Amino acid sequence: MTFLFYFVACLTIISALFVVLNRNPVYSAVMLVLCFFSIATLYLLLEAYFVAVLEIIIYAGAIMVLFLFVIMLLDLGREAALPKLKKLDKALSLFLVVIIFLGILTLTIWSGGDLHQTLNPSSVGDIKAVGKALFTDYLLPFEVASLLLLVALIGTVYLAKRRVK
Amino acid sequence: MDFLALLIICVKVLLVFAATMLTVLLMIYAERRISAFIQGRLGPNRVGPHGLLQPIADGIKFLMKEDIIPAGVDKPIYLLAPAMLLIPALMTFAVIPFGSDITLFGRNIPLQVADVNVGILYILALTSIGVYGLVLAGWASNSKYPLIGGLRSSAQLISYELTMGLAIVSIVLLSGSLRLNDIISQQQGHFLSWNVFKQPLAFLIFLIAVYAETNRLPFDLTEAEQELVGGYHTEYSSMKFAMFYMAEYANMITAAALTVTLFFGGWDLPFLNETSMGMLGVVLSVAAFILKTAFFLFLFIWVRWTFPRFRYDQLMNLGWKVMLPLALFNIFITAGYLALTI
Amino acid sequence: MATIIKSYEPTFWDKLYIPALVQGLLVTFKHLLRKKVTIQYPEEKLIPPEGYRGLHRLNKDANGRIKCVACDMCSAACPADCIDIIPGSSPWDDGKERYPVSFEIDLLKCIFCGFCEMACPEEAIELTEIYDFSDYTREKLIIDKDGLLDVYDKTKDKNYYSNSQNLTIKE
Ligand code: SF4
Ligand code: SF4
Repeated sequence: MTFLFYFVACLTIISALFVVLNRNPVYSAVMLVLCFFSIATLYLLLEAYFVAVLEIIIYAGAIMVLFLFVIMLLDLGREAALPKLKKLDKALSLFLVVIIFLGILTLTIWSGGDLHQTLNPSSVGDIKAVGKALFTDYLLPFEVASLLLLVALIGTVYLAKRRVK
Repeated sequence: MDFLALLIICVKVLLVFAATMLTVLLMIYAERRISAFIQGRLGPNRVGPHGLLQPIADGIKFLMKEDIIPAGVDKPIYLLAPAMLLIPALMTFAVIPFGSDITLFGRNIPLQVADVNVGILYILALTSIGVYGLVLAGWASNSKYPLIGGLRSSAQLISYELTMGLAIVSIVLLSGSLRLNDIISQQQGHFLSWNVFKQPLAFLIFLIAVYAETNRLPFDLTEAEQELVGGYHTEYSSMKFAMFYMAEYANMITAAALTVTLFFGGWDLPFLNETSMGMLGVVLSVAAFILKTAFFLFLFIWVRWTFPRFRYDQLMNLGWKVMLPLALFNIFITAGYLALTI
Repeated sequence: MATIIKSYEPTFWDKLYIPALVQGLLVTFKHLLRKKVTIQYPEEKLIPPEGYRGLHRLNKDANGRIKCVACDMCSAACPADCIDIIPGSSPWDDGKERYPVSFEIDLLKCIFCGFCEMACPEEAIELTEIYDFSDYTREKLIIDKDGLLDVYDKTKDKNYYSNSQNLTIKE
């Protein structure tokens, strides 16, 4: 089990790195799908089946397909279509990455430090627990999120309907 | 987990895999024969008795053919795409129960490869993964027809997956569980306790969505031969083409089995209590499952050779403007009914 | 007068589509059970209808001699120019003076129009019902005089497909 965990964790990180480092957007998308799969496997190892399956259905199954759709539709598949990064850009992004990484690191250490916290797995991934939590403790965020989605939907319809003058 | 349990699981996996592959072969044969019959022809009847060995001859032909990799394709993805389609197609069957429990060597063996408590979601997840095979095959081929086919499939599958999911939700509302076993046991007993009779609208929506999900006529826009020269698999040949072919049929088999499980009581025979009948009950239940699935497989073929193909805008209109509101309406009604009665 | 075309207004029943779909399914199901029209070729053969224009033959007269008088009418009428006749004086002395020493038809050029048959003053050349005479080389598909006379023997009783090779159409 531990071996499996380390293997999948490594896979997650490597695929995530590939997403960023790859110059070809389609490859990045495929790698991102792989990344989602490894994350789902991590959830499976925690016995959170529901979350694992949701991860695949929503992220890998729906959102990434749309990403791919857009990439293919805009013909971004060829690497030449992407702008080359200048030196300054590279330096800037490296700087930002280091800052954020250090920030996360300090935050984790600050907040108690123990990275090996064990959760009670069965309570996390159970569908009934998720449903209960969603409609009691987190009702307000849930409704706000749905409202947000509705607004986004209306915005899309408006943009799509607007005539070109 | 002891050795025997491991062995039993292996046997079940092998059995289901072999049965699926065999059914794929039979389906290829049946498709050709039935289409011929509908058109007043005889179809392949030379290889083996009644032409039954025709799919094997086809398979050998595919193996012997030159495996062409066209210039300009994106090799890694081009090679991976058929597998990305076939593997989820074969994996889906794992959670579908195909008979009542059997008692062997003094232990209870459920006739199902894996009893996952989120069974339905597992199936939905895998069907949504199957799109990647189509989309990436279309993109990697570096050719316009496959690309259009791939684009169409991604849009189509997302739209209809939503409808299919919503149709399933109304079933889940009734059973109160995502386990397929619970859904079956909830339909046991009387004839009228099957979900088709309780949820006719959901059944209709589900059936139509399934045809769109499996890319079968009247929704086979991704491979529309007349406009797209075969769509996403235009540039594929030999065994890789055969894999696309097999994946299509494997998907159909799973879809038919799922329809049976969700709406026709799975392996349930009405008015009989299979679990109390010992070995006979097991045999009967498996036979019932096979027969019901066979009917829906036949329906797939029957529909294909009856109806013309939808236009792309009609497909999208049907999906978003008719099926989706209907499915939502159905959920609303079901939930309202449940809220009032419980 | 202008014709008024009544436009089709779908009723509610039509808009449901399901009944129409079921109707369509029933139509194809009926066809599924229908008698099949396939003729399984090597075992069964189609008997062409009267007047079918297939392989040529050269007719014989009552004495079993070739009817053709090598007048070249057929060759002149042939649009594909595929009949090649070498005339000669006949070996018989009962009034028939000419006969073809060699008579060849290139079946690959022939378009089976039947003009030769119509042009012939002696009713010596005719098209038969034979349609399956394909072969592997071009040379074999140039049929000569003996071959054409042979075809006459095979087809004179009009039973080439139904009798001579014991081939029957399954009813
Ligand atoms: S059938 Fe027509 S083409 Fe053929 S030999 Fe006679 S005249 Fe010529
Ligand atoms: S077949 Fe008839 S038309 Fe032709 S050369 Fe002989 S007699 Fe004349």
